[in-house]
Amino acid sequence: MARTDGVRPLFTWTRNKTAKSTAATGAGVAEEVTHIKDAEHAGAWQLAWWKFRKHRLAVASGIVVICIYLVAAFAEFLAPQGAGDYSARYTYAPPQQLHIWDNGEFGLYVHGYKVRVNPESFAREFVIDPETKIPVGLFVRGAPYKLWNFIPSNIHLIGPVKAGQPMYLWGADRLGRDMLSRVIHGTRVSMTVGLVGVSLSLVFGIILGGLSGYYGGGIDTAIQRVIEFLLAIPTIPLWMGLAAAIPPTLPPLQVYFMITIILSLVGWTGLARVVRGRFLAMKNEDFVTAARLDGAREMSVIFRHMLPSFASHIIAAVTLAIPVMILSETALSFLGVGLRPPVVSWGVLLQEAQNIRTVATAPWLLLPGVAVITTVLALNFLGDGLRDAADPYSD
Amino acid sequence: MSEPMTADVLKVEKLSIEFQLRTSVFKAVKDVSFSIKRGGTLCLVGESGSGKSVTARSLLQIVDKPGRITSGRIVLTREAEVIDITTLKANGPQIRAVRGGKVGLIFQEPMSALSPFHTIGDQIDEVLQIHLHLEKAEARRRTIELLRQVEIKNPAEMANRYSFEYSGGMRQRVCIAMALACDPDVLIADEPTTALDVTTQAEILDLIKRLQQRRGMAVLLITHDMGVVAEVADEVAVMRNGEIVEKGPVEAIFHDPQHSYTRHLLEATRKLEHNSRERDDRTASRIEPVLSVRNLSKYYGSKQAADGSWSGGLRAVDDVSLDLYPGENLGIVGESGSGKTTLGRLIMRITEPTMGSISYRQADGVTSDVLDMRGAALRAYHAQVRLIFQDPFASLNPRMTVKQIVGDPLRIAGMARGRARDGRVAELLRMVGLSPDTMDRYPHAFSGGQRQRIGIARALALDPRVIVADEATSALDVSIRSQILDLLLDIQTRLDLSFIFISHDISVIRYFCDRVAVMYKGRIVEVGSSQKICTSPDEPYTRALISAVPSPDPRQKRMMHRVRFAPEIADA
Amino acid sequence: MPRYVLKRLLYMIPTLVAISIVAFALIQLPPGDFVTTLAAQMSQAGDTVDPNTLAMLRRQYGLDQPIWVQYWIWISNIVLYGDFGRSFDWDAPVSDLLWNRLGLTVVLSLTALVFTWVISLPIGIYSAVRKYSIGDYAATFFAFVGLAVPNFLLALILMYAALRFLGISIDGLFSREYVDAPWSWGKFVDLAQHLIVPVIVLGCSGTAALVRIMRANLLDELYKPYVTTARAKGLSEWRLILKYPVRAALNPFVSTLGWTLPELVSGATVTAIVLNLPTTGPLLLRALIAQDVYLAGAMILMLSVLTVIGTLISDLLLAWLDPRIRYK
Repeated sequence: MARTDGVRPLFTWTRNKTAKSTAATGAGVAEEVTHIKDAEHAGAWQLAWWKFRKHRLAVASGIVVICIYLVAAFAEFLAPQGAGDYSARYTYAPPQQLHIWDNGEFGLYVHGYKVRVNPESFAREFVIDPETKIPVGLFVRGAPYKLWNFIPSNIHLIGPVKAGQPMYLWGADRLGRDMLSRVIHGTRVSMTVGLVGVSLSLVFGIILGGLSGYYGGGIDTAIQRVIEFLLAIPTIPLWMGLAAAIPPTLPPLQVYFMITIILSLVGWTGLARVVRGRFLAMKNEDFVTAARLDGAREMSVIFRHMLPSFASHIIAAVTLAIPVMILSETALSFLGVGLRPPVVSWGVLLQEAQNIRTVATAPWLLLPGVAVITTVLALNFLGDGLRDAADPYSD
Repeated sequence: MSEPMTADVLKVEKLSIEFQLRTSVFKAVKDVSFSIKRGGTLCLVGESGSGKSVTARSLLQIVDKPGRITSGRIVLTREAEVIDITTLKANGPQIRAVRGGKVGLIFQEPMSALSPFHTIGDQIDEVLQIHLHLEKAEARRRTIELLRQVEIKNPAEMANRYSFEYSGGMRQRVCIAMALACDPDVLIADEPTTALDVTTQAEILDLIKRLQQRRGMAVLLITHDMGVVAEVADEVAVMRNGEIVEKGPVEAIFHDPQHSYTRHLLEATRKLEHNSRERDDRTASRIEPVLSVRNLSKYYGSKQAADGSWSGGLRAVDDVSLDLYPGENLGIVGESGSGKTTLGRLIMRITEPTMGSISYRQADGVTSDVLDMRGAALRAYHAQVRLIFQDPFASLNPRMTVKQIVGDPLRIAGMARGRARDGRVAELLRMVGLSPDTMDRYPHAFSGGQRQRIGIARALALDPRVIVADEATSALDVSIRSQILDLLLDIQTRLDLSFIFISHDISVIRYFCDRVAVMYKGRIVEVGSSQKICTSPDEPYTRALISAVPSPDPRQKRMMHRVRFAPEIADA
Repeated sequence: MPRYVLKRLLYMIPTLVAISIVAFALIQLPPGDFVTTLAAQMSQAGDTVDPNTLAMLRRQYGLDQPIWVQYWIWISNIVLYGDFGRSFDWDAPVSDLLWNRLGLTVVLSLTALVFTWVISLPIGIYSAVRKYSIGDYAATFFAFVGLAVPNFLLALILMYAALRFLGISIDGLFSREYVDAPWSWGKFVDLAQHLIVPVIVLGCSGTAALVRIMRANLLDELYKPYVTTARAKGLSEWRLILKYPVRAALNPFVSTLGWTLPELVSGATVTAIVLNLPTTGPLLLRALIAQDVYLAGAMILMLSVLTVIGTLISDLLLAWLDPRIRYK
């Protein structure tokens, strides 16, 4: 992110609470001016941070978002099992409760399963067996994996002490795969689809929106027409059409990139509008004209004066664009035209829940939805807070 | 009118208003008392932040949240009926009967005070329907009559128009009609003419005065302009920081002020009644002009015919020729839309002209055509001809420190580095009366006047020869305004500078400039010495303009005896 | 005003042309053409495939022509004869399959639109006027949750809840006895009952977004000088708010139609698949998976055209509402 020199980093301020407060009333509107001694020396990023900090929900959401990205980063270590590990013995095993106290002392364990035949439907089903106790440990050895594809390990944050014993905290699916592990593995794909998609959108958006807003005239009209056109088409049918055209023989990684490209094909329009709007507003600002009259060259005007003024707005817009991407990927994969197994994403996991009869017997198949909702909520709250703080000089 | 003229219609006693802020309580109005007599005009005068607007709004209980009246009484007397407004329930039927019924209110911003979605007629009908319970047709009949009273032409037709089809002056007339619809006892006018041109201001104040005399109502006029006070007030109350520091009859306030703040305000206003530079005769120094503008024009949306003539569109600047001599202060005065700001931008090459020429004579005597300049040549021109902006808030990058803002021209020109640049910035800040210690602060730490000083320091950074000041003092309070003007004059004596001073404010031009060019509808109608333009101009438009300027002396009310310029009345 | 309508109509033409090109491109995207697909199907079924027949079929459908000629044949058949080509999957003309389902899609989307407006407008107004009240916080919270729940998930949850707690299945748009019945009052009531769940599902995120927008718009307007002017006239508070700032905030609100409509149609597609509604959604998905290109292309084309027409209507509505546009 471009920053003006002299703006000190965000976290290194000392705040003196010798606050003296006055206010100026113009047309009957009171404006609060808290004179923190350092405020006079505080740069824009610092003021924005102060403003953001007041927004408690946004700060909390920010922490949640960071945690989710950490989960995405360390999925292999955090997940008790591998993404594809299955066990036909535990098809649709229900979630177990993790017990923390074992006979009054700290000790993790879960109960095992026993099979029962449903007296009405004569179907085989699992019930928790309170008799058996499966000890659970932290940092246990389990299935081997390569973290980020190059650090080999078999340590898992949590798992049954004796490898191979059943532990399904969020239940198991049709193939007896651990839902918790799959949701954790899915986090990586779903979260990065958001990031990669938004990065692509941002590149398109900044270039096209910048051209549009900065040059105006014919270029602006042309780009605006394209944006209006893209916004007028219902996105899901369009995406479905494009995604369905991806050959099924393509390797998973390529499908992944094709999907993100397809998503950002429409996603850039929103960011382009933000950039364009900011450029238009900024272009005729007095201080930009002043910079030009100071002899600054065009590139310097753009990067030294204009960009820092709306970088914060772009960050906010990007934060709000990520959840849209995540939701879109989830919807496409859910329909079966997005990412496909063996790739694991939340949408792919939810595909398992398409049949309502199955959901009725195994409602834990909807748990990936909880992950989606939590993530999107956190990102939206965070984005909202960032947007409010983006302009530290207003209100 | 059963009561004698001396009865108090409105009496405010020990009124206090507070704003509950997040961390503190701000006392906007403290123990304010005043009263207005039937048929009388009280002017509440003060600078921005004095609490005068809040006081006015509190009289109708329409102070925006989180403000509230904490103590005091507001007593409205009509015949036998006595109402204490502070005791009425918020937004209850009784206070609503007062609003628009017994007390009318008009605001500063005629542009935004009317809804753009409803016809003007509809908005006035509404008042009549609420308070007098008139039928729709009867209300409209009265509306048309009211529009006629505020001198709107074709009132029946105009009632069906929307506010964006009205000019600023006409909108303020509509607001007056609306406020007066139900024959209120008191009219509160909150800076009713601040957003208007000086000739329109005169028309509006004149109209209020006549309507007041006809109806015998009391007027509370809120203003920051001592000239307006002198022209219209019977009584004056001077406010500062939420308190009334002095009140009394207008004669006493202007000719025997007791409080130092009143004297200070009057001095700042009166100072601008004279030219600061009536000392030496500058005609001797008229060698070669440093900047000369010839037949400069800027058309928007005009089409050029095959024979080279232009038609249609807007002629923002039309065939303007001017000379600026070394060491001279040239004023360009005109009302909004006269093209004065566009002219300034053309000279700065911010806007490209449609035709004409600008030539600039460098210090070494070489003359070059400004419109041909590109790249390095244009940057050199911009180093020597600098601009000071109107808005001290918008013109400084909020994300840069003062050091960066003032030092940026030096950095770009590569003139000084590191400590040398800091030293130069410190020197510039001292020159404009700011402490160099403030160098590391951001603009938001400064007041409007201080920011304008920073803007001036930036303009001076590259040792310019010409400064174009576009309404450089318009956003400032009157006391700050004269300080900034004096600062510029002081700098001029130290550095060899010429000014082009663009303003709508005749008093500023009169104080600051040697010569004045008067612009009207894109053209220069008259050029002459400041003395001549401000006392005995030749052109009828200039005469009308000058005579509309309020005089800060209640014994010489010139605005009410002004000369009118026919085309202007049609527009107002 | 008539000039504005005309201008807007003219503006629509390039958009429609662009949409038809995109839809046609989607038809062309999958590798091979439908004759290849047909040949594959035939050989799978054990039939012998005669290359001459294939060549003849290609000629018949103009597949041997340059791409722009193919486009021209396709679009002119649609515009002039209403012929959208043939669905291989269903072995029927596309137009036979399309109209009924398109009609139900429109009904569903419009009902959802009305639902969103009826719910979001009063909540948005309340939220803005009583800013930072408990009600405002509650509305804000639900709006955020509404935005975060993908509508297919909401549909699943509602279906699950209905099945689990009420023991009923809530998919489809008609009860079994009405599916093939001609239109009658009974069928209409049955449709209305079945619409409730899809409309709630579809309207949820839209309502959430519009509550936020209405709140923000109204907050922008509430403190403008003309509101104070109106207050100074002696208007009662609610009458004042409804007549002036709400009136002004309505304009940007109406202009949101431009993007809520495409979103509704999008959402309707996914929701319909989950709830198994006889609208375009499931048909489109099936067509796409089966590479039934003419059917898929026709549906994407028609859904887009409908949205563009909807946007046009919203623009005209906006012009009718806003005198500033009307008088230009």
